[in-house]
Amino acid sequence: MSLTSEEVRRIAQLARLAVDDREAEGFAAALSDIFDFVEALDGADIEGVAPMAHPLDAEQRLRPDQVTEPDQRDLFQGIAPAVEGGVYLVPRVIE
Amino acid sequence: MTLDTLTGWARRLQAREISSRELTELYLGRIERLDSGINSFVTVTRDEALAAADAADQRLAKGERAPLLGLPVAQKDIFCTRGVRTSCGSRMLDSFVAPYDASVVERMNAAGAVMLGKTNMDEFAMGSSNETSHYGPVRNPWDPERVPGGSSGGSAAAVAARLAPAATGTDTGGSIRQPAAFCGVTGLKPTYGRVSRYGMIAFASSLDQGGPMAASAEDCALMLNAMAGFDPRDSTSLQRPDEDFTAGLDRDLKGLRIGLPREYFGDGLHPEVRRAVQDALAVLRERGAEPVEISLPNSGLSVPAYYVVAPAECSSNLARYDGVRYGHRCSDPRDLMDLYTRSRAEGFGAEVKRRIMIGTYVLSAGYYDAYYLKAQKVRRLIAEDFRRAFGEVDVIAGPTSPELPFRLGEKSADPVSMYLSDIYTIAANLAGLPGLSMPAGTVGSLPVGLQLIGNYFDEARLLNVAHQFQQETGWHQRMPAAFA
Amino acid sequence: MEWETVIGLEIHTQLNTVSKIFSGAATAYGAEPNRQACAVDLGLPGVLPVLNEAVVRKAVMLGLALEAEIAPRSVFARKNYFYPDLPKGYQISQYELPIVARGHLDIELEDGGRKRIGVTRAHLEEDAGKSVHEGFGTMTGIDLNRAGTPLVEIVSEPELRSAREAVAYMKKLHALVRYLDICDGNMQEGSFRCDANVSIRPVGQTSFGTRTEIKNLNSFRFVERAINFEVARQIDLIESGGSVVQETRLYDPDRDETRPMRSKEEANDYRYFPDPDLLPVAVHAEAIEAIRAEMPELPDAKRERFARDYALSARDAGALTATRELADYYEALVAAGGTPKLAANWLMGDFTAALNRSELEMAQSPVAPAALAQLLARIQDETISGKIGKEVFDAMWAGEGDADAIIAARGLKQITDTGAIDRIIDEVIAANPSQLEQYRAGKDKLLGFFVGQVMKKTQGKANPAQVNERLRARLRGD
Repeated sequence: MSLTSEEVRRIAQLARLAVDDREAEGFAAALSDIFDFVEALDGADIEGVAPMAHPLDAEQRLRPDQVTEPDQRDLFQGIAPAVEGGVYLVPRVIE
Repeated sequence: MTLDTLTGWARRLQAREISSRELTELYLGRIERLDSGINSFVTVTRDEALAAADAADQRLAKGERAPLLGLPVAQKDIFCTRGVRTSCGSRMLDSFVAPYDASVVERMNAAGAVMLGKTNMDEFAMGSSNETSHYGPVRNPWDPERVPGGSSGGSAAAVAARLAPAATGTDTGGSIRQPAAFCGVTGLKPTYGRVSRYGMIAFASSLDQGGPMAASAEDCALMLNAMAGFDPRDSTSLQRPDEDFTAGLDRDLKGLRIGLPREYFGDGLHPEVRRAVQDALAVLRERGAEPVEISLPNSGLSVPAYYVVAPAECSSNLARYDGVRYGHRCSDPRDLMDLYTRSRAEGFGAEVKRRIMIGTYVLSAGYYDAYYLKAQKVRRLIAEDFRRAFGEVDVIAGPTSPELPFRLGEKSADPVSMYLSDIYTIAANLAGLPGLSMPAGTVGSLPVGLQLIGNYFDEARLLNVAHQFQQETGWHQRMPAAFA
Repeated sequence: MEWETVIGLEIHTQLNTVSKIFSGAATAYGAEPNRQACAVDLGLPGVLPVLNEAVVRKAVMLGLALEAEIAPRSVFARKNYFYPDLPKGYQISQYELPIVARGHLDIELEDGGRKRIGVTRAHLEEDAGKSVHEGFGTMTGIDLNRAGTPLVEIVSEPELRSAREAVAYMKKLHALVRYLDICDGNMQEGSFRCDANVSIRPVGQTSFGTRTEIKNLNSFRFVERAINFEVARQIDLIESGGSVVQETRLYDPDRDETRPMRSKEEANDYRYFPDPDLLPVAVHAEAIEAIRAEMPELPDAKRERFARDYALSARDAGALTATRELADYYEALVAAGGTPKLAANWLMGDFTAALNRSELEMAQSPVAPAALAQLLARIQDETISGKIGKEVFDAMWAGEGDADAIIAARGLKQITDTGAIDRIIDEVIAANPSQLEQYRAGKDKLLGFFVGQVMKKTQGKANPAQVNERLRARLRGD
């Protein structure tokens, strides 16, 4: 299987990764190799096999509905790249 | 002063033959003198370590007991450490000072451990050579031209060079066991859910598991006692009574059935590695273990399945690094899209981007069934192979890696050949089983690792087998000459 | 051409828990920005979600009320997309296996009929944060207090055929979640909001037309207007030779129109997959029965009971059970002695009017059920007339005291002494000889005139029925 640069660009856009032309070609080649390798899965006999999302067959544990987290805004915003008046700043979003 | 093991130091601390401060200074001094050659630490927390050592000395003076009281250890830089930069080997988190401790760190601190610093690693734990770190590659203490393995390469190298008596690692596809094998140390990946993942930066959540790395199985047992345990903050944490993993180390191996999967001794295995592994198995046989040939027929599919499942989870787990709330943000973004795409392109290295791309692709519309769903089904086949095998045997043994530590740069251009370095370790992650690697011999001066895979929750047995082996052999005591 | 409207609603209902769906941060409305956003809500590295028990319980309660199937095993998935108010780059939501599926809700139509609307599913998910566009120059501010607030998204079948039906469905659901006490129902604060999928097709056609989705409608009025606008727009578009584009639109209440949402232009590919940080949610049969046992009476059952036990018309029973608060008030009123019919008339009439006039919620009413019951008792025992009762009620509303005190203070006690009434009647007859003559000549309508005169002279305190009866006799000359 071989990926085109256009497909690579579509995926990069979905993943929000800027890629230039040279990188797009590099990704196209590398990803194509990896998908060729992964094609081995096509040989598996998976008829009637249930997908396994988790290593352990367990149920979700529930926590009581209680407030346990204190306000730590100052601590958390101390590592933020851009904040003002308690909000995080991003370039203007148009809805 | 002669270097001791973690267990040995614990004894000497309790006997007041040495203080935690002296011990901590000893290791800090070694890091200072010797780490420049191998680059195993990204951050050394000298002041914090000495303060913790002093606190431990006070507790020791009062006669307190705690599993790791006063013992210096290194933390892989994937575990969040409050007030200390937690980079995960990435430019993305170069400025990230964690506002909280990972549960593992919290538990170890409570057990009295003294953190020496944070160890180097493949970026976001994605790599098998430690060459993808933003902070430069780690070198193998046995041969600085060779890789230490990855992704816990910094921890493995630091323990091998005796810059720390023990360190934490994480293992998503072999990231504890393969570097342990390459560096000649003992490393254990516990059963999925045994060690909390809270505060351990996620790569592939259904596969990631933290575990100990140390010189010996005995030391790993001591570490695991502090690391393992139920954590209400992790939904996948197991609710099981606490276990003392050091308790069963001395059991003999009489009648132990060791499964040898024929698929683990096939064509891809380096002949010298095969020889070393077979010699090691002979030692176990002499101590009463019975080898049983078994088959894990779907072994060959584990790496392909892994390279769908792990990137899929990673592509989603790493979406939070967007330059908004923490981490790298590009300068002067034109608009929101520019902020996202440039911050992420600048913050992540090539291998991380490659895996994000693979994962995004396999989950995208039209490909989900062909890749992701199929891989999840194959995952069950692999787990079933093990379930059947553990009906016949107590542990499974084989090589940890098909090859010897390779040269820096040797596989950088060929991701697939790099991925195949984990061919024997990945299956245990897919199934969620515990696995251990221990030094089993050498080829030239280079270490060879023997892997043991156990049934669910059977860490104690793996440690027991490894400990018994280490009673008979001295491979785990070898030290690279330059660091003696 | 005759067009048929096809509407399906997705209603986002905020569950009224004290902590978030996956973290222990508070959910209280109105906190300073980001003071209720903990490490999990912010998507900091390494943190993990743990599911809130109350969220599961409330979703099951909703499912039972919708007579839906409760999944013994439901699964959280990740919906992946980048947006600044979505900290992790994915929303945790249920996709293939929701906790509730295949239920229904019956709505009352304007012609008095009922219609059963299918509820496809109801799934749990986390809310996103909020973007603040004003006050930051060329930047947008992000407040993540709301991130991680529990939502249940209730998806209807495309079985609604008009904006009115859509509103009736939404109101019915709103009343239901309030009855169940799983949502505070506050639409201004966004606790109950709606996305409407709207399409049209020629009458008789079975396949669906291309639909548009109108996002974030947070009032019943907006739902009705937005749908009506959108239907008209689609009809115009098609009749003028164009075609509807499948897209997401926003309703602008100031201009009363919908327009395309720019930020959603890009084709979405959400890459759903099971969230590996969470395990399947199991709801066991015993848990369902325990929840069923603690369920309150539901609106439909209550309406039927009201009609039966209080001998009310279907319409009155429906109006009185429209909200749990009104129904509870009514029952308290009857329990305190109000006769069912009189109590119903007063609640739906003067009481509701006073609430509306004062812009108060039921819970803020200055007149408690027991106080109103006392007033009704005075009307029933003929101490005062119904008309005087209104005056007393207004005084009670204004805080002048209880009914008896007001009646006493204002001297409103009804005159029931027949001698006294007869004296006043005689005075009135004597004062209006020409009207008497006309009445006796057959102009019966003049009875009303005489009644009015008598009531005026008694300042309304005479019993109108009694006045009528005695006047008739006197006018006849008995």
